[in-house]
Amino acid sequence: MSDQAPSSGNGEDKFLVVSNIEVIYDHVILVLKGVSLEVPEGGVVALLGANGAGKTTTLKAISNLLRAERGEVTKGSIRFKGESIAKRSPNDLVQRGIVQVMEGRHCFEHLTVEDNLLTGAYTRKDGREAIQSDLDLVYSYFTRLKERRKSQAGYTSGGEQQMLSVGRALMARPSVILLDEPSMGLAPQLVEEIFEIVKRLNENEGVTFLLAEQNTNVALRYAKYGYILETGRVVMDGDAKTLSENEDVKEFYLGISGERRKSFREIKHYRRRKRWLA
Amino acid sequence: MSGEALFFLEVVISGLMAGVMYALVALGFVLIFKASGVLNFAQGVLALFAALALYDFIAPGGWVDDLFGFTFPIWAGIILTVGVMIIVAWLIERLVLQHLVQQEPIILFMSTIGLAYILEGVGDMLFGSDVKPLDIGIPQGASDWLLDNYGLYVEKLEVFAALTAAILVIVLAVFFQKTRIGRALRAVADDHQAALSVGVSLRTIWVIVWSVAGMVALVAGIMWGSKSGIQFSLSLIALKALPVLILGGFTSVPGAIIGGLIIGVGEKVAEVYLGPYVGGAIENWFAYVLALVFLFFRPQGLFGERIIERV
Ligand SMILES: Nc1ncnc2c1ncn2[C@@H]1O[C@H](COP(=O)(O)OP(=O)(O)O)[C@@H](O)[C@H]1O
Ligand SMILES: [Mg+2]
Repeated sequence: MSDQAPSSGNGEDKFLVVSNIEVIYDHVILVLKGVSLEVPEGGVVALLGANGAGKTTTLKAISNLLRAERGEVTKGSIRFKGESIAKRSPNDLVQRGIVQVMEGRHCFEHLTVEDNLLTGAYTRKDGREAIQSDLDLVYSYFTRLKERRKSQAGYTSGGEQQMLSVGRALMARPSVILLDEPSMGLAPQLVEEIFEIVKRLNENEGVTFLLAEQNTNVALRYAKYGYILETGRVVMDGDAKTLSENEDVKEFYLGISGERRKSFREIKHYRRRKRWLA
Repeated sequence: MSGEALFFLEVVISGLMAGVMYALVALGFVLIFKASGVLNFAQGVLALFAALALYDFIAPGGWVDDLFGFTFPIWAGIILTVGVMIIVAWLIERLVLQHLVQQEPIILFMSTIGLAYILEGVGDMLFGSDVKPLDIGIPQGASDWLLDNYGLYVEKLEVFAALTAAILVIVLAVFFQKTRIGRALRAVADDHQAALSVGVSLRTIWVIVWSVAGMVALVAGIMWGSKSGIQFSLSLIALKALPVLILGGFTSVPGAIIGGLIIGVGEKVAEVYLGPYVGGAIENWFAYVLALVFLFFRPQGLFGERIIERV
């Protein structure tokens, strides 16, 4: 894939397009202030930003898990394969091929690993055999899960739970997975392992990924395109390569600086001043 | 067997039968609580309502008889009543739960108290409040076989009730463990958000779980109605279900059953053997005292779901 920058056009034939959305929680808390982004079919797009920037909210706006949190998209539009999906139920969206893997894994703790996976196929109507063959497919990507298929999910390790939640999403045969902070709380080696699997799923199974990450370093190595979110706004976007070479990104998100590393407070101050001047 | 032992056995068995009733009502509680976190105060009234509906489909002098001059056969009456309970579940979701989804548990609990009164009122209005004998052909009287061979006096109805309850529990267990919907119900019980994220519609699940609770209530209503007639006191066994739940744990199906049996047997045995020393009526408060003791020593109940904690 050469160029994944948002192309202009009427947006009819595009895969997933979020245009200028505003999200309000509890009718008063304005969290997203006009976020736009685009995910091409077959792409891996990273949504970056610090804690509280609005990454989860953006993903939940797309999957419409927002409503269960008293959140609401009050402006803008979300289109998937040319159709507006802002008012669709999560159940409907899963059937259309959009599945979110929530931050903090959210496995069904008292269900076995295999029952967790089968729950992922809840909305499917293509029969037992198709589901069984996808189960085998998931086990072929996550061999550890196969070993632990009969264990209660609550007793598996953090890494296994992260794999389980991705595997469970796969069981719905999604065309796009919204993956929220897969690296959270995992050892670097495991993070790498999970991102490798994401890459293979993308290349071999054609699954599109929109992933929210605070771990900018890893995310930019695996994604092709990235958006950086700050307090509910996209402040920068570009090819993963371009972003990782950008001086500001290096300084604020990759922790690499030409001079000495700045303290968090200085960075914040600097950033504020910079935005003021911009 | 000596006369003493035989008598003790009879006491235990009659306690077990009362326990089956408590267990059935508690089971309805647990199902709804697990799936929606709602403590359903109306479970007892649901049993009353189901029994009344059944009565009116099949009994001479019931509604259908009055209006159309015929009665349904028992099997058809049961199917129709199941239909009524599904409609009731659907209405409850539509009119009540759907609007309170995001509210505090206490608000949902209070809404079920309101629901209990509405159901009771509607039941009263539609079906009248006099005691109605429910006869669906369950054998009555003592089991001759047990009496002849072992000298044991046990009501056939009670044996029938116990067997039916056992079958019901097995059917439910298979439903929960082996079916797609059953799995989704367990998933919802574990994590609402995650269930939503894989495309489970909570509203559908709630209608299903209230329907299932309605059917369990129907079985309880049939048993109780066959034994003592359909009457208001049926809705009061919901109050006995509370100590059962404290004993068995609010989220455990086996807990509801075993808790129900323990309380049923416990209060009968206490009544017969301790009653004379304290002036009787132990049956009325035994369950609550036992529950209180449990609250002190094992607040999660006998089978309360273990909270999985990881580091
Ligand atoms: N359910 C909610 N109700 C109110 N505010 C919320 C809710 N969820 C998130 N927020 C707020 O929205 C902002 C963005 O949160 P979030 O989308 O979770 O950010 P991120 O995923 O980037 O860490 C935060 O300030 C957070 O406090
Ligand atoms: Mg987040």
